Amino acid sequence: MTTLTTPVGAAGPRRRAQRRRRAIAAAFVLPALLLLGALVVYPVLFSVGRSFFDATGTRFAGGENYAEMFRDPATLTAIRNSAIWVVVAPTLLTGLGLVLAVLVEKVRWATAFKLLLFMPMAVSFLAAGIIFRLAYEEDPDKGVLNAAVVGVHDAFTGASSYPSARPRDDQGLREGPDGSYGTAGAVPPGRTVNLGLVGVPPGEVPARAEPASTAEAGPHELRGAVHLDFTPGGGGRPGAIDAAERGLPGLTVEAVRDGRTVATATTAADGSYRFADLPDGSYTIRLPAANFAPPYQGVSWLGPALVTPAIIGAYLWIWTGFAMVLIGAGLSSLPRDALEAARMDGASEWQVFRRITVPLLAPVLTVVFVTLVINVMKVFDLIYIIAPGPVQQDATVLATQMWLVSFGGGNDQGLGSALGVLLLLLVVPAMVFNVRRFRRSQS
Amino acid sequence: MMTRRRMAMACCSALALALGATACGGGPVSAGGGSKELSGQTLDVAGVWSGAEQKNFQKVLDAFTEKTGAKTRFTSTGDNVSTVVGSKIEGGNAPDVVMVPQVGVLQQFARKGWLKPLPTRTVNAVHTNFAPVWSMYGSVDGKLYGLYFKAAHKSTVWYSPEAFEQAGVEVPKTYEEMLANGRAVSDSGLPAFAVAGEDGWTLTDWFENIYLSQAGPEKYDRLARHEIEWTDPTVVKALTTLGKLFSDGRLIAGGPKGALGTDFPGSVEKVFGPDPEAGMVYEGDFVAGIAKDQFGRKIGQDAAFFPFPAVGGGKAPVVSGGDAAVVLKDGKHQKAAEAFLAFLATPEAAAVWAEAGGFLSPNKKLDLASYGDDTVRETAKSLIDAGDAVRFDMSDQAPASFGGTKGVGEWKLLQDFLRDPSDPAATAAALEAAAAKAYKG
Repeated sequence: MTTLTTPVGAAGPRRRAQRRRRAIAAAFVLPALLLLGALVVYPVLFSVGRSFFDATGTRFAGGENYAEMFRDPATLTAIRNSAIWVVVAPTLLTGLGLVLAVLVEKVRWATAFKLLLFMPMAVSFLAAGIIFRLAYEEDPDKGVLNAAVVGVHDAFTGASSYPSARPRDDQGLREGPDGSYGTAGAVPPGRTVNLGLVGVPPGEVPARAEPASTAEAGPHELRGAVHLDFTPGGGGRPGAIDAAERGLPGLTVEAVRDGRTVATATTAADGSYRFADLPDGSYTIRLPAANFAPPYQGVSWLGPALVTPAIIGAYLWIWTGFAMVLIGAGLSSLPRDALEAARMDGASEWQVFRRITVPLLAPVLTVVFVTLVINVMKVFDLIYIIAPGPVQQDATVLATQMWLVSFGGGNDQGLGSALGVLLLLLVVPAMVFNVRRFRRSQS
Repeated sequence: MMTRRRMAMACCSALALALGATACGGGPVSAGGGSKELSGQTLDVAGVWSGAEQKNFQKVLDAFTEKTGAKTRFTSTGDNVSTVVGSKIEGGNAPDVVMVPQVGVLQQFARKGWLKPLPTRTVNAVHTNFAPVWSMYGSVDGKLYGLYFKAAHKSTVWYSPEAFEQAGVEVPKTYEEMLANGRAVSDSGLPAFAVAGEDGWTLTDWFENIYLSQAGPEKYDRLARHEIEWTDPTVVKALTTLGKLFSDGRLIAGGPKGALGTDFPGSVEKVFGPDPEAGMVYEGDFVAGIAKDQFGRKIGQDAAFFPFPAVGGGKAPVVSGGDAAVVLKDGKHQKAAEAFLAFLATPEAAAVWAEAGGFLSPNKKLDLASYGDDTVRETAKSLIDAGDAVRFDMSDQAPASFGGTKGVGEWKLLQDFLRDPSDPAATAAALEAAAAKAYKG
């Protein structure tokens, strides 16, 4: 603003000048006031007013919307999730940003590195949401994260041979508590025990499988065949070995007496197994669970338990660069001599970081933290896009809940306004804090 | 919601939904002729159709132009018809005719006083050419406003004939038989059903078919109007019946967890994709379009359907839906609009789109020979034969917060039920609580 020079000693003109100064000041402030009034104050007041009316907007509802809001379990989930977001995301981001900023200072290609980390900031939240939705996809054939997880897992533990196989109901095989299948009754040696399984896709029966064996058992042995009890095209007799039915090779079979495994065999190409020279007694035949272990499916990132951490992960990807650049700027203006002096005195790099860098950076860190807190309170798009329908309510935060209730099907703008007011009340402390800090640093 | 279904059809990935909401408009179309009674007028038509559907509807518009000389302009409103049309009316730029995709939207328009009732000659044409149920769904407070031009058939179970052959089963006649067949398919090594649990509307459609057949059309109508509560024993019974399917791990590809991670296009892919992971998928006639266009299946040969079977001694259900043409009061070419609706009521207009494909007409005068292939002909026949037994999708008739929003209401509660089908009564109680809240507002 221009300062006006006033003639010294003249009281009347001075007052006039002062009035003029005020008028000019008002003229300059007016556009900003108008804008703020129209775009911030009026909507806030309107929302507060609207929150006391019901869905139609014509009937005064008093505090009903607020009561309803806290009765609705969805709001409570939203508050809980918002709390998780506010605590976790800014903390992680500030921490990550700090670590990266300090490390980046020490590498050769600092600018290139910073640019790379900053790049996700240029991606819109919508696009980032779509990218992460795909990355988190549960099917390992689609989601890159699960593809990696499954790949690593399968490199260490092999897959079972017949994950989908199971016996027919009421054909003598019972499922044990550990997922194994055992014969219901015990048999003495000299018997043939055939075990029929179904549910094996034709493509998963090994090529070496031969028609199931029907050999009879000798006096001191137990034998039989594990066969695929299903005739392609139908028409097979359940429980019996039909002409077209093949044996299932490579299965582990156990003979169990009094709860202890006394012999183990592996089925041959025709599905046959044989326990020779068994002492007298009665045995149950068991197919241990390892034969049927389901393939590892990876992590269900977008399941109810992990969906919020998963979305926070996507948020980190976008904002880490921002935190790093801001903190990096603060870092470069640190007095170098303090750091150098500490190093001269024999402080380790960790001590320098812990005792000098962090305390000196504290103001910048606070600014970054508080800015992120405010930002996190309004996170919406990522959650709306990444969370699939069935878990949307598990991932919801206040901002999404507010939108869903007012426009996304709920069409209750009274209740939505109440949620908006709640959100405002929660943001206010952070705003006040920021404004205070800003003032202090100006004075 | 119907519109979502359309989107799902158009885009393979559900994510594309987020991007695909842009509306597109077409320029005025002038065709030959021009010496007819309405020449010089330009009829404005708005509807949710885009892509192939818009192209085929354009053929109908062109036929109208040829007949009357009126030029036509089609505007695609995108996902949200009521918002777009509402703002156009307010802006003094109302279209003459709107093709509304849901009965709920039609009622909303009528109650707002935006619509003009159909003139007597069109009403008469509707009475002679359509089963009474269609004028019922086109009427509000006794006045007929909407003419159903395009219908959907949502009582078709699509299966892979190869999987049925492998399992040695035939097309089932009852729900129990369908589950038994499913178990046989599963014994053969292929999970029986692909269920698109990630899209809540497929689950509401499952429920509606079972309910319509088991409880009968009368109860169905009353539940749709929320005159009986969702805690009614018939609802619990229908949920129990549905639970028989949901709780049997052998019947559902990937189990409930896998189903909840499958969206609608994904469920079609599981049955008709290059790597079949299931033998059957239940959804409406539009499954055929995806199986054909995206996975190159020959409809009728390596992708076939059977009508949703009867449940518990009831009649086989026919759940439907459709796009109705309505005339706006504020349109500038009332005469042309009325002529257009009269044209749409004729079998001649329906035949134009029927020949182009991807279309079912509720018009019983339409010669079934107009349809391009046997499978569509069969669905059309089943729809016409059902006559007055046809019922509209219940969730489309409910307030959106109950029957049409991702993550809340019926969609969400049925998804929870799919995750844990052990307590139908509790699910019914939760549904009633959500419905009571939604119908009140």
